[in-house]
Amino acid sequence: MAKSPQSGTDRYSIFTVLREALRGHTGWRPAWREATPKPRYDVIIVGGGGHGLATAYYLARRHGITNVAVVEKGWLGSGNIGRNTTIIRSNYMLPGNEPFYEHSMKLWEGLEQDINYNAMVSQRGIINLCHSDAQRDAYARRGNAMRLHGVDSVLLDAAGVKLHLPMLDFTNARFPIVGGLMQPRAGTVRHDAVAWGYARAADRLGVDIIQNCEVTGIRREAGRVVGLETARGFIGANRVGLACAGHSSRVAEMADLRLPIESHALQAFVTEGIKPFIDTVVTFGAGHFYISQSDKGGLVFGGDIDGYNSYAQRGNLPTVEDVCEGGMALMPQIGRLRLLRSWGGIMDMSMDGSPIIDRTPVDGLFLNAGWCYGGFKATPASGDCFAHLIATGQPHKVATAFRLDRFASGRVIDEKGMGAQPNLH
Amino acid sequence: MRINCPCCGERSLEEFTYLGDARKTRPAGDAAADVWVDYVYLRENPGGRHSEFWYHGSGCQSWLVVERDMTTHAIFGVKFARDAAIAAVVHTS
Repeated sequence: MAKSPQSGTDRYSIFTVLREALRGHTGWRPAWREATPKPRYDVIIVGGGGHGLATAYYLARRHGITNVAVVEKGWLGSGNIGRNTTIIRSNYMLPGNEPFYEHSMKLWEGLEQDINYNAMVSQRGIINLCHSDAQRDAYARRGNAMRLHGVDSVLLDAAGVKLHLPMLDFTNARFPIVGGLMQPRAGTVRHDAVAWGYARAADRLGVDIIQNCEVTGIRREAGRVVGLETARGFIGANRVGLACAGHSSRVAEMADLRLPIESHALQAFVTEGIKPFIDTVVTFGAGHFYISQSDKGGLVFGGDIDGYNSYAQRGNLPTVEDVCEGGMALMPQIGRLRLLRSWGGIMDMSMDGSPIIDRTPVDGLFLNAGWCYGGFKATPASGDCFAHLIATGQPHKVATAFRLDRFASGRVIDEKGMGAQPNLH
Repeated sequence: MRINCPCCGERSLEEFTYLGDARKTRPAGDAAADVWVDYVYLRENPGGRHSEFWYHGSGCQSWLVVERDMTTHAIFGVKFARDAAIAAVVHTS
């Protein structure tokens, strides 16, 4: 029996802003409660990041399951939801992936109204540049695959790219820009606001968000989950969903599971703020570099993972140099800018580069993992599909391919064609 | 991160290429399918010490086995992969 997420005075709107302005902002409530764990829940989600909070929200909103806890070892949104480059897109090619990411894009398009929170969803588009005839052919194929799935895509020639991105270096002899694939509906979202918005909306539906509550064990009886040992004592539940991103292997190990996942560090960067410079998202096709400009003016960019297993939320200098070289090859004028910050997140790199949303061999234990460095754009659909799986026991129709056993059965979804080498995805 | 190559001494990270878990051993060609699935796809992915292959491509071109902490990146030991393999065979025989 799901209530509306926000009712009465708690709803954010122009009227509440005006009302609070008149009464000295004394009426705002905290966006979520400091919940104390109850002895037992219908469902516990491990991981208070974007995917975990979205899952809890959709469990309550779509399936009426409100006796739900989200347990988080650190603070809410302390992992990859606050460490990404904020890009959303659905420009995938393979049948197992594309409907899922398009489902996510549609949820992004209605997200702010749904959760009554300004997540600054900005559909400013993405342009993937190509630098050779072969790459243009591959993008033409990808764009066609997208359109066959009902997704927008536009193949641009060099002049078309120049119209959108006059600041690029079109004189690069080694990597000439011959065109690009544009998805106009792609864009960026204020990443922290996604965590905060889902947390607030889930909280208002009755979900308990329990921070600083590290899981130390998964208690099982006769092959079934019965609850979690945590830093704040035992919490009972017959259904537990893991949404632990880079730490999935560590938590799954508590249930004696080994996953087709390696943890790798991915770095991202932001420059000092400048005047409007790039009004879309651009990716360099000859290296690995992607860039957009935040509303504050900073250029937000990133590249490859560091390339070796790591649980440190920081990377090493050779990758910083490599990413910046990619940027300089694309738009040399950014060499004048100073880097303001760089940071790292731990990616759950799966063996085929695609995620897992599935049951596990342990009854009642569900797994949401393997997002590689593409997890942010997937947040709403991941939560929706994981909630569907936990609530109904059946995979959501757009997530049927994300099975844990696909590695054994040979039905891998290798979008990049790299094989079982996570550091190459 | 710098790796102390037994041949070249301490060298910077960009000279090396990473392969992955060095404790995996390739099964026999006729091994059962689940043994191959384990070898190709499943990983311990530990949070602490990890034994892993690195290739010193821009140096002596040796394959190395590096013992490294996944969380702190501290390196405990580096040896030639050949020596590590011989030690493993001696140890198990």
